[in-house]
Amino acid sequence: MKIAVCIKRVPVMDRRFTIAPGGTTIDEVGLAYDVNDFDLWAVEAALRLKEQVGTGEVVVLSLGPDVVQEQIRKALSMGADRGIHLQAASVGADDLPVARALADALRDGGYDGIFLGRLAVDRANGVTGPVIAELLGLPCVTAVSKLEIANGRGRAQRELEGAQEIVEFPLPAVITVDQGLNTERLPTLKGIMGAKKKPLEVRPVTLDAPRVTVRRLALPPERIGGRIIGEGVGAVPELVRLLHDEAKVL
Amino acid sequence: MDDGLYFSDQHRAVRDTVRAFARDEVAPVASDLDVRAEFPWPTVKRMAELGLLGVPWPESMGGAGLDLVSYLIVIHELAKVDASHAITVSAHTTLGTSPIVHFGTAAQCARYVPLLAAGKVLGGFGLTESGAGSDAAGTQTRAVRKNGHYVLNGGKVFITHGGVGEVFVVTAVTDPGVGTRGISAFILTKETVDLDQARELGIGHAESLVPLAGFTSGKKEDKLGWRASDTRALTFTDVEVPVENRLGEEGAGFTNFMRTLDSGRIGIAALSLGIAEGAFEAALAYAGVRRQFGQRIAHFQGVQFPLADMATEIEAGQHLVFHAAWLAQRGKPFGKQAAMAKLFCSELAMRTTIMAVQLHGGYGYTRDFPVERMMRDAKICEIGEGTSEIQRVVIARHLLRELAD
Ligand SMILES: Cc1cc2nc3c(=O)[nH]c(=O)nc-3n(C[C@H](O)[C@H](O)[C@H](O)COP(=O)(O)OP(=O)(O)OC[C@H]3O[C@@H](n4cnc5c(N)ncnc54)[C@H](O)[C@@H]3O)c2cc1C
Repeated sequence: MKIAVCIKRVPVMDRRFTIAPGGTTIDEVGLAYDVNDFDLWAVEAALRLKEQVGTGEVVVLSLGPDVVQEQIRKALSMGADRGIHLQAASVGADDLPVARALADALRDGGYDGIFLGRLAVDRANGVTGPVIAELLGLPCVTAVSKLEIANGRGRAQRELEGAQEIVEFPLPAVITVDQGLNTERLPTLKGIMGAKKKPLEVRPVTLDAPRVTVRRLALPPERIGGRIIGEGVGAVPELVRLLHDEAKVL
Repeated sequence: MDDGLYFSDQHRAVRDTVRAFARDEVAPVASDLDVRAEFPWPTVKRMAELGLLGVPWPESMGGAGLDLVSYLIVIHELAKVDASHAITVSAHTTLGTSPIVHFGTAAQCARYVPLLAAGKVLGGFGLTESGAGSDAAGTQTRAVRKNGHYVLNGGKVFITHGGVGEVFVVTAVTDPGVGTRGISAFILTKETVDLDQARELGIGHAESLVPLAGFTSGKKEDKLGWRASDTRALTFTDVEVPVENRLGEEGAGFTNFMRTLDSGRIGIAALSLGIAEGAFEAALAYAGVRRQFGQRIAHFQGVQFPLADMATEIEAGQHLVFHAAWLAQRGKPFGKQAAMAKLFCSELAMRTTIMAVQLHGGYGYTRDFPVERMMRDAKICEIGEGTSEIQRVVIARHLLRELAD
């Protein structure tokens, strides 16, 4: 079982974000970065599959500047076997060139499965997986919350609004992982030590010119604190008046 | 502090693992363990799995093969959430295991270190006696050589892991009348007091170790803080210790232990710093949400000033701890800086936790918030592994020696 997992370096979301001068990028000062949560679950799914089968290889790919090697090392410290860094100085807002570069790197890899997260928490486009599948001509199963793989076939559960869908598909396939599939393991200290010795291949890539560009970024409006008008039934007329005149929702 | 000064990417990776573990697995149980004064076997097992019980030992001995800074990061991060977990790692690693790694024969290392580094059994260190605390040279425990054995009689007090542990390094007098040069060290083994639990969890007990007859632990101390850590007296009654269990040369026990304590002090400093930071973070967060007089209390200058002082002193403490580690890691003399870090950070932990309780008002005095536990946990840092007074004695001794040079 040979599985590739594509992972993305994203800012940790519990910070306060500000917009950098210029108005089209986030100010990176004070931000911390980690592997996208959904991608960690994809790594975990790949590791469990390899452990279940007993043999195989988990290869982790990440595209971006040199700092993404930190995220590749994290996946290696969790237990992935080797990493491929697709080196690109900057990555724009267009996902197609990214998916194309990943697809090119994956095409002749002989992978039984290509795993990704359902979306990256920074841009939340959720298209990289499906586009890779399209470019490689592979079946694509998105938002997987349960996964079984045996005898060259897969069976997955997808979460829909208020329903579940069970699908079957042949391998190789592209799978994007949703919340709930698993909880990722913590890297052990031995894993962290061992990750240093695992192969990490750097391949410079040239991305196609982006056709989507960011024009303007805006923060959501500040939430204004609540107001207490009064208590009990006596407060209702004033509440109705405010909802009608001020909030204009009635 | 810009962590790039002392930390590499690998150190940050270690920190991420320990932070996540402390947040997700230790924080939810810390208060309850403190109330019930319960040794946390299930989380200790997790620490063993994550490799936190053998951080600085070579991979060939079953350790993680990481450096001193990594080890201090583990203690520091655990202590931000729960000092009892941090002292479990520290007492096991620095006190219980390091003397064997540093002064043991190849055979002793092969026999004990893999078990300890994997966290299969817990280790401890017995120096303190009822009549020999700060004055560790006042050891009364006797070891008399007889027919290929040493026969030990006496006892130790306040030994961390005294009950739960199985491997102990202890001091005893082999040659009375020659002072510290008559003190030797021995490796002693006994069964854990929690044998059933250990067997069930698969951790804490090794069948391959031979319990020595006459070596027993006493009742568990009921303590102000570090309540989830196991502290007991050890008693030796005609314990026949094979000669091969002597650690180091006869008469080298005291000097070796003093070296162990030197590096142990950086560990207690890191632990103290962690308590201070945990309490500070809790106080800062609380000051940002608690409202009185129509505004957040963080808006009052009388609240801001102590927060500013705490943050400043914590930053100073970080440099003391990681600079001492930096010296030690480069093989430079670090005894003075280790004592300074331990002195400053343990007193900092006490000051900071008291102020953190103050900033929480009445709520801080209850078990609903972690700061009262942190305040109780901080006190022992000014006492264990050398009291604050003894740290000052050590620092002054360095100063006078430098003066004489
Ligand atoms: C929870 C806990 C865990 C412990 N774990 C261990 C362990 O694992 N192994 C171990 O060996 N020990 C352990 N200890 C023992 C600890 O190291 C001693 O308690 C400590 O060294 C102080 O010794 P003492 O209690 O005998 O105090 P004493 O030495 O009696 O001190 C009493 C007071 O006198 C002061 N004093 C003493 N001498 C001087 C001096 N020359 N100048 C100025 N002031 C002085 C001290 O600073 C202190 O304020 C532990 C203790 C506790 C409470």
